[in-house]
Amino acid sequence: MRLRFLIAALVAGALALAPLLVGAFTVTLLNYVGIYALAALGLVLLTGIGGLTSFGHAAFVGIGAYATAWLTTAHGASPWLGLLLALACAGIVAAALGAVTLRLGGHYLPLSTIAWGISIYFLFGNSDALGRYGGLGAVPPITLGPYALAGGAPLYYLIWLTLGCASLLAANLLDSREGRAIRSLRGGALMIESLGVNTFRIRIVAFVIAALLAALSGWFYAHMSGFVSPAPFDVKAGIDYLFMVMAGGASHIAGAVVGAALVTLLKNWLQDVLPLFSQDTGRFELIIFAILFILILQHARTGIVPFVLRRLPRPTAKPVVEAPPLPRRTYPQAGTPLLSAERLVKRFGGLVAVNEVSFALNAQDILALIGPNGAGKSTLFNLITGALRPDAGRVVFCGSDITEAGQRRIARAGIARTFQHVKLRRGMTALDNVMLGAYPRTRAGFLAGALRLDRAEEARARSEAMTQLKRVGLGDMAHELAGNLPLGSQRVLEIARALAADPALIVLDEPAAGLRSQEKRALADLLRGLRAEGLTILLVEHDMDFVMGLVDRIVVMVFGSKLTEGLPDAVRADARVQEAYLGGVA
Amino acid sequence: MTSEIALILSIDGLATGTIYVLVGLGLVLVFSVTRVVFVPFGDVVAFSALTLAALQLGRLPGTVMLVPALAAVACAMEAFDLVRRGEQARLPRALVFYGLLPVLPALVAWLIAGREVPDAVLIVLAIALVAPLAPLLDRIAFRPLADASVLLLLIVAVAVHFALSGIGLLIFGAEGFRTQPLATTLFDIGGVVVSAQVVLMIAAALLFSLLLFLFFEHTITGKALRATAVNRVGARLVGIRPGRTGALAFLIASLLGAVSGILIGPVTTLYYDSGFLIGLKAFVGAIVGGLASYPLTALGALFVGVLESFASFWTSTLKEVVVFGSLIPILLWRSLLTGGADEEEEEEDIAT
Repeated sequence: MRLRFLIAALVAGALALAPLLVGAFTVTLLNYVGIYALAALGLVLLTGIGGLTSFGHAAFVGIGAYATAWLTTAHGASPWLGLLLALACAGIVAAALGAVTLRLGGHYLPLSTIAWGISIYFLFGNSDALGRYGGLGAVPPITLGPYALAGGAPLYYLIWLTLGCASLLAANLLDSREGRAIRSLRGGALMIESLGVNTFRIRIVAFVIAALLAALSGWFYAHMSGFVSPAPFDVKAGIDYLFMVMAGGASHIAGAVVGAALVTLLKNWLQDVLPLFSQDTGRFELIIFAILFILILQHARTGIVPFVLRRLPRPTAKPVVEAPPLPRRTYPQAGTPLLSAERLVKRFGGLVAVNEVSFALNAQDILALIGPNGAGKSTLFNLITGALRPDAGRVVFCGSDITEAGQRRIARAGIARTFQHVKLRRGMTALDNVMLGAYPRTRAGFLAGALRLDRAEEARARSEAMTQLKRVGLGDMAHELAGNLPLGSQRVLEIARALAADPALIVLDEPAAGLRSQEKRALADLLRGLRAEGLTILLVEHDMDFVMGLVDRIVVMVFGSKLTEGLPDAVRADARVQEAYLGGVA
Repeated sequence: MTSEIALILSIDGLATGTIYVLVGLGLVLVFSVTRVVFVPFGDVVAFSALTLAALQLGRLPGTVMLVPALAAVACAMEAFDLVRRGEQARLPRALVFYGLLPVLPALVAWLIAGREVPDAVLIVLAIALVAPLAPLLDRIAFRPLADASVLLLLIVAVAVHFALSGIGLLIFGAEGFRTQPLATTLFDIGGVVVSAQVVLMIAAALLFSLLLFLFFEHTITGKALRATAVNRVGARLVGIRPGRTGALAFLIASLLGAVSGILIGPVTTLYYDSGFLIGLKAFVGAIVGGLASYPLTALGALFVGVLESFASFWTSTLKEVVVFGSLIPILLWRSLLTGGADEEEEEEDIAT
């Protein structure tokens, strides 16, 4: 920690003194670095951390630049009004574009960013008010009271102070409730939706934040260069920003600055060197950058900052401090009906995966669902937790119909789940993964997170997560990356995450798979303890020994239909069950 | 707008649409077999037209330098990989495929430079010159990343496009070219004049679509390609090499691109960077087919052609905005069609 602090202090000191030590040209260059870094910072949040690749980021820089350039030249307004307009335009366009495109999955989203990126570029180039392809000139400099910051050192301090503040706010945000949600966007929506997170909303907000940072960058750009034309905002510029982010380290805030510095200085160096070899520097610059980019993607995908950080000693994790517990729900009275599935049907094309299955579960029951592979158990779980909608039938939980409620509302109603194929965010610590589970129990928003107004609640969530980790026996693994834990521990970690949501019913898909026998006994003890506290448990499991000593009742499914239901011993003795598993008793 | 103008615009749009059909089919082919969204495909189209234009002007086209250079890099990479894995025995074959075959057309072009040669020969030569481009780019840029996510491959593809457009400026110059018309006859069909060029374009699109269909349905190689598209691991288990089918997919796509370039060359003035927009428009068509369905891609591509033609009539300056803007409703429709099915993205993504 001390080493990192020292490095940060040295860098900050050097940046503060730079205008006094270097020439005017270098200061201008550094100003460009800061401006590009602001835009790249947005892309780090959006693409590097949120996993939403945008080729159209430069278009938002353009919207910011054009908005302020138009207002200050055509209407003689103050650049500060221009800033407001720039942010408003970029925010509105981003929200509108995001609302339309951010539901798209996989590679469709980045492709759509190429499409609107090009469209916005052509709109700039064909609009009379914006000077068509010629652009807008004579954009006035930013004024601060009576002083005009016309380039050089004063502007340098404004740019880098802004960048410093923006980086700090972004870092705070990432270390908050909504920031964890942004960090967990990558890797599929199914898991985080099951924790009650509205992924679409998180995506839109991340997109708007990135656009606002881009517009801020564009505002600086317009007033510093005094001239705005469409060319710096096309898709090629968009890939320049991606290049900065990837080269610097897409998953780190510092990556934006390092990447922006690298690209700007490299371009500047090429402009010095290339004329020695050829008349036309532009074309060579393009080729060299594209080739460098491909090489980086092929050989050094993580970028510079993570490469350096790996070589520094790992910072000691913040200790988890005891804090007042988060409010808990009151569990329903033991024995009262909690969940009932009524004649559920799910078809996939011609295959009937779940066929008219009904069962009921009372509060504080432990019910096991068993059946051979392909019997439809996981599909049934997905119907109950809202990951899939049934074709017929209904699900009632705590007296209300949740058939069509969807994952998020079901999660908030009090059903938490684990997955057959463990779904964790492997690059986040065990503690952070469990804190994700507490998402619906906490409420701090983006702004509160960025401004650190959420610390009290955050401490309570951390303390709660630690309690659950200790409860499942992973207390000393809290600061390990989830991906580094053995598979058995990862399964248990999922249970801790589910418990952090304070559910009334916990739905476990093969919790004992991959566990050693001692761990299985510990898990069984844990589940018994949870039941004693008032929790209700529904589980799919193959391990009969594990199931037999633990559960109250068993439901057996075969080929999508319910075969039988009963007490464990009765089910074990049932000839039909044996036949289903073993293909007939010899 | 009179119905006559509408008809003329439609025919014009269909003609352009045929180019998008050919390019779109290639895009779908490459994507389904290799998971690469081959953004630089449009550059292949432009390079093909510019190569023919240079040949017709009696100049040595830039591709004569570009292809051997790429071949040299590809050979070096292939040799390095094979030697490192201790598979020297496969070296000669690899060198023939990545070294000798791509360079042959360049050699021919160099030999016949400045001589009187019939146009048909020049066309074949231009196609042969351009055809190795995509397989070589595959070897150099994409093969080292064969197991990366679709997204990463897409970013690389965009970077390859920018490298190619820079190279295009270098080897073809900033000047625009038009090739000699392939046919000059005019037909009168029901009162509307249709040029033989348009008929030729439509016929070529039909012919190549049919050939592609026959190839996939009736040859073992075609079936191997389809198998790789359905399931890479499964294909590998039955003895299909994904690397080889990938190279083949790129080669076929490259041929389709080269033919498109020859067809569009006489109608539109093409510049070194014209390909990007052609490729992206074909892409809009391919997305109608979800990057998977060939017939839907063809329909989508024709739709884009017609839309573009009408858009340029209504508002010529904003026609690109109209065409690319149409992608957004198309994408929305696609995502509704696939119905919220949560396609799990790979956890290992661009910057892990």
